[in-house]
Amino acid sequence: MSSANSLATPTWRGDLDDRVGKYLGRSHRSLKLVRGRETVIYAILIASGLFSLLITGAIIYVLAIETVSFFKSDEVTFANFFGSTTWNPLLGGTKSFGIWALICGTMLVTAIAMSIALPLGLITAIYLSEYAPRGVRNVLKPVLEVLAGVPTVVYGFFALMTITPILQWLHSGFSVYNAASAGIAVGILCLPTVCSLAEDALQAVPRGLREGAYGLGATRFDVSVKVVVPAALSGIISAFLLAIARAVGETMIVALAAGSLAQATLDPRQQVQTMTGFMVQMASGDVSNYGTEYYSMYAVAFTLFVMTLALTMVGNLVRRRFREAYE
Amino acid sequence: MSNPITLTDEATAIEPRPRDGRQTHFAHSRDQASEPTTLAIGVRDLNAWYGDFQALHSISLDIPANRVSALIGPSGCGKSTLLRWFNRMNDTIPTAHARGSVHLGDTDLLSRTTDVVDLRRRIGIVFQRPNPFPKSIFDNVAFGPRLHMKLSRTELQDVVEWALRKAAVWDEVKDRLASPALGLSGGQQQRLCIARAIAVGPEVLLMDEPCSALDPASTLAVEDLIFELRRQYTIVIVTHNMQQAARCSDQTAFFYEGRLIEVGATTTVFTKPKQQQTEDYVSGKFG
Ligand SMILES: Nc1ncnc2c1ncn2[C@@H]1O[C@H](COP(=O)(O)OP(=O)(O)OP(=O)(O)O)[C@@H](O)[C@H]1O
Ligand SMILES: [Mg+2]
Repeated sequence: MSSANSLATPTWRGDLDDRVGKYLGRSHRSLKLVRGRETVIYAILIASGLFSLLITGAIIYVLAIETVSFFKSDEVTFANFFGSTTWNPLLGGTKSFGIWALICGTMLVTAIAMSIALPLGLITAIYLSEYAPRGVRNVLKPVLEVLAGVPTVVYGFFALMTITPILQWLHSGFSVYNAASAGIAVGILCLPTVCSLAEDALQAVPRGLREGAYGLGATRFDVSVKVVVPAALSGIISAFLLAIARAVGETMIVALAAGSLAQATLDPRQQVQTMTGFMVQMASGDVSNYGTEYYSMYAVAFTLFVMTLALTMVGNLVRRRFREAYE
Repeated sequence: MSNPITLTDEATAIEPRPRDGRQTHFAHSRDQASEPTTLAIGVRDLNAWYGDFQALHSISLDIPANRVSALIGPSGCGKSTLLRWFNRMNDTIPTAHARGSVHLGDTDLLSRTTDVVDLRRRIGIVFQRPNPFPKSIFDNVAFGPRLHMKLSRTELQDVVEWALRKAAVWDEVKDRLASPALGLSGGQQQRLCIARAIAVGPEVLLMDEPCSALDPASTLAVEDLIFELRRQYTIVIVTHNMQQAARCSDQTAFFYEGRLIEVGATTTVFTKPKQQQTEDYVSGKFG
């Protein structure tokens, strides 16, 4: 770009022309080889796809078989399982398998967790993506992601040793094991997931949209809330659903901090047992390997599986709706 | 400026200017450059950088009110940079900084204390690539008015219709205002973006290669539009299309490597340029 007349005009170098001309436009690829390789790659991909399908199928099969044998037992009926809120699998004479007590525990913990993780995660994501200077963002985001890698047992102890005492200090009604403490810990656990995925979704919104809005006299807040978040909604919803699924399936924290008394309560100060909490108690406890109480674990697992499946499917539907509206 | 619908009758520039019955025929556009004009934007000794790289060197330029000013020059010569300083769009680029002065009336556009939100309401911009929001056609046009004005539902509908009519897309979209803007063709999207920009009632409209993504028919529609809009707005347009500059601008400024080489009435710049470089460029010898 030195003189006016040379600008944007291609410049030739004879020797380069000669050298490149010797091979430019040729192809040494053998068509047969290329096709063979494509076939092999195709086969590998199909095989891995089938493998994961097979594993999933096997898990569902085992769950289903054991669930069937659970319901065959004289001690349980469908009416009891789906119609009662008393979960009492261990005590001989008064055994009761009302799944709603466990579902209620799971829902309560998940609701507490999400009321922390979703708003906080989204706000943090908006801050990181739209407000934070690049330097801050480049530091904060990896730190947050490290948080997601901390073993959940650590969060469990944190709930028990730190959150619960604080809650008890704030309000004397909290029992040692309680839904609130576990819920808060699960919320903290899910926060980085929400934040990181939502931030990715916000970052994927084209720069041109932001400039368009700024060009109309929008403030940074207007741009974030009225343009960027709506445009990223489908990704944000995905992030939310993944966090919910993670909270529903979280085991270690609830096993440590939520308690082991299954009861249908909405009081966050009480101890509750979640579905996962019950399963880990069964699998690690000293119950016999064939009693009804043992098989009930599979029935609970199957219910949990159906719940998460439903969640995923609803999520996909919602996401598709938003995608249609926004693309 | 409470109601944008009355814009047509109001003087929107900083100083009052004559509102005579000017010819509206396309071919006569250039004649007006010789008439007395008021100043809309005054640029004095503007230097602009991206980091250490100086993109603009000591630019001094007057943008007359109610005229179309074309900025031309080879790729990378700083046209977009200059345009984006007019409404401080460069604030969104961390490395961009500038020294010098750019005035819109009494407002110093480069001052730290200038309210960029208000500035961007007064100086609208249309980008090279149409960038409608992923919202309905109506919501796109209503976006700006909703930010700045408290309007009733019917007033808002009026603004949207007014802007869409001005931007010459009303007839194509009037039956589908609630459908997504991204379902429109590229040319329609660009005119929608123009409607969106004028719906806040700006004084100046900046256009950065507004037709480069458009087919010839849409290009002509947008050019007609530009010509029509100049009666109410001051327009600055960046273009690589010499015919376009010649067709629809009153004043042309030629830039080269960050420097303003020549500025004058479009007729003069295209037929009797003072600089050799300008002549080479407009005659297609380089660039
Ligand atoms: N964000 C940026 N960071 C660093 N340099 C930039 C940036 N934007 C533009 N530049 C540089 O500034 C110079 C002027 O760029 P500008 O976009 O203003 O050119 P232009 O005249 O609009 O070109 P074109 O006709 O290709 O759009 C170029 O050399 C470009 O490489
Ligand atoms: Mg440009």
